[in-house]
Amino acid sequence: MEILGLLLEGFAVALEPINLALIVAGCIAGLFIGAMPGLGSVNGVAILLPMTFLVPPTSAIIFLGSLYYGAMYGGAISSIMLGIPGASTAVATTFDGRPMALQGKADKALVAAATASFVGGTISVVLFTLFAPPLADFALAFGPPEEFALLMLAFATFIGLGGDDIPKTLFSIFIGLMFSAVGLDIVSGNPRLIFLDLPGFYHGINFLVLAIGIYGIGEILWTVETTRGEMVVSRAAVSLRGVVRALADLRHNIRSMLMGSFLGYFVGILPAAGATPGSLMAYGVARTMSKNPETYGKGNVDGVVAPESANNAASTGSMLPMLTLGIPGSPTTAILLGGMVIWGLEPGPMLFIEHKEFVWGLIASLYAANLFALLINIAFIPAFLMVLRMPFTILAPVIFILCVVGGYAPTQDMHDVWLMLIFGVMGYLMRKLDYPLAPAVLAIVLGPLAEASVRQSLIMAHGSFGIFFERPISAIIMAIAIGLFAWPLFIAIRRRLGA
Amino acid sequence: MRRAELVMALFMAAFSLYIMWKSTELPVGWIEGEGPGGGAFPFWLAAGMLVCCGWIVLRWARRQSPPSRSEEPYMDRTALRVFAIGAGSLLAMIGLIHIVGVYVVIPLYLIFYMRGIGHHAWSVTAPLAVAMPVATFLFFEIALKITLPKGYTEPAFYPLYEMLL
Repeated sequence: MEILGLLLEGFAVALEPINLALIVAGCIAGLFIGAMPGLGSVNGVAILLPMTFLVPPTSAIIFLGSLYYGAMYGGAISSIMLGIPGASTAVATTFDGRPMALQGKADKALVAAATASFVGGTISVVLFTLFAPPLADFALAFGPPEEFALLMLAFATFIGLGGDDIPKTLFSIFIGLMFSAVGLDIVSGNPRLIFLDLPGFYHGINFLVLAIGIYGIGEILWTVETTRGEMVVSRAAVSLRGVVRALADLRHNIRSMLMGSFLGYFVGILPAAGATPGSLMAYGVARTMSKNPETYGKGNVDGVVAPESANNAASTGSMLPMLTLGIPGSPTTAILLGGMVIWGLEPGPMLFIEHKEFVWGLIASLYAANLFALLINIAFIPAFLMVLRMPFTILAPVIFILCVVGGYAPTQDMHDVWLMLIFGVMGYLMRKLDYPLAPAVLAIVLGPLAEASVRQSLIMAHGSFGIFFERPISAIIMAIAIGLFAWPLFIAIRRRLGA
Repeated sequence: MRRAELVMALFMAAFSLYIMWKSTELPVGWIEGEGPGGGAFPFWLAAGMLVCCGWIVLRWARRQSPPSRSEEPYMDRTALRVFAIGAGSLLAMIGLIHIVGVYVVIPLYLIFYMRGIGHHAWSVTAPLAVAMPVATFLFFEIALKITLPKGYTEPAFYPLYEMLL
């Protein structure tokens, strides 16, 4: 009852005219920044943080929180419309969102993404409201072995149930992880895998370079070849009836949406995890749970709703350790945390007691931001679909230019643009030979976390891999992961015995 | 297609060996008090890549993968031409960015692709060729304060910066 009272007080703050205006402005700014290849919520929050010094801290966090949400919605737009993930959090949305757009179902994919984002966001804010402190304590029980086990599970879902070629899928995971190791060794700080002694490798390979190369350049080269360059990307049409029908059809995807929301929220509250692993794991689990896993990657709506609900839920979840413990759950919340310190607020349990207006104003604004982001997103769908009706000979050069600019923006180094071109061409050549490329993108995103957690675990256990099976949570997750890795072998043996 | 699958697997196997060798620049074993050496993670990943390549070659020899059974060419003449135009034009665009910068390359590339390949009228091509660099400049340089490469055209932007920033 006390929570309800505090929440109502929070709504009174969030719905003040200035804060309401900031919520709308944050959602729109986030939507466009998130939709821009190469830029995500972390860029938006970092760039606009100084501007928030003009308003009180509560209004500032409301604006940045809304921007964070808007960017989560926006990331899906370029994934679906252009096949280029707007941010790492939207990588998994590309796997099925892009094929849907190519099949003329872009409106359905966009509605599914926006609705799933809304559901994920709303469920996570409710969870946030009800169970903030105990969940933060539980998340603290997750050490490096549990984190590594969780990442193994994410990789295992790609191996275990796909109809893909197993050695090629494994190869794709290994090469993605290997690329994530380029740069400086995380423990000693020594340079590692600096190919041809090029200085550009010292800052590592940004996942966006691989993702934009594969999904931007590689995808367009593939489309140009398969269609001989004479086509319109898709025959997407939009009507109010179509949007309503797409919304109604989503009743078949509620299970994936709920799974994505809860999983995303939980992964989000793990320190240093965040929305990207959350969305990728949700995609993997949705595929694992599906009766038709072979339809994933070919335009399955569940492949859009699971990661989209998860990334929004995780973005809320990642605010939990930030507020309650002062530990950021994602890069974006790390910047928000910095902002809070600058505003003179000390994150931690006392924040809930000493600055109730700030905390509950933020929580209430997240409810409002979710609703506004959904409405703005759906209102813009006709404009997004216009992009797909462009002739391919206009869209292709525009996408290529966006790829080049988007590949340059994160590190501002032309080295990355060249690397992106190489990845794009190699990705295209490998795709022709049935190498699945999504696992490589998954691996380069999760690689740094995987290496850090495995090395920390081994140091804790003095080199013994037994640590992953001695701790109960880690052992359970590992057992499921190993089961999934072994599943294709089991199927093969059963088939052979049957024959 | 069959030959291409073998060539790709052998190429990737060679790349894996190179990574294994490159990883040994840092210790790949256990360092007392520090844990696994800095090269261990990439070394064992590359070893995994090598094993996968061997597995792919084995499946190729047994004709178990679809490309290993395919009689189709990896790339026919038309596909090669279309690919060469796409990848070649990108190569030229990125190369030119170093010299004349993004804001000259964007309109040039749009004109090349839209007029040269798409045969669109100037009435369609020209507005986009002008609007795209302007929008890119306003979004990246002014709104987000991200400077894009300008090559030798950099000094031409100084008055604009003075006016807008």
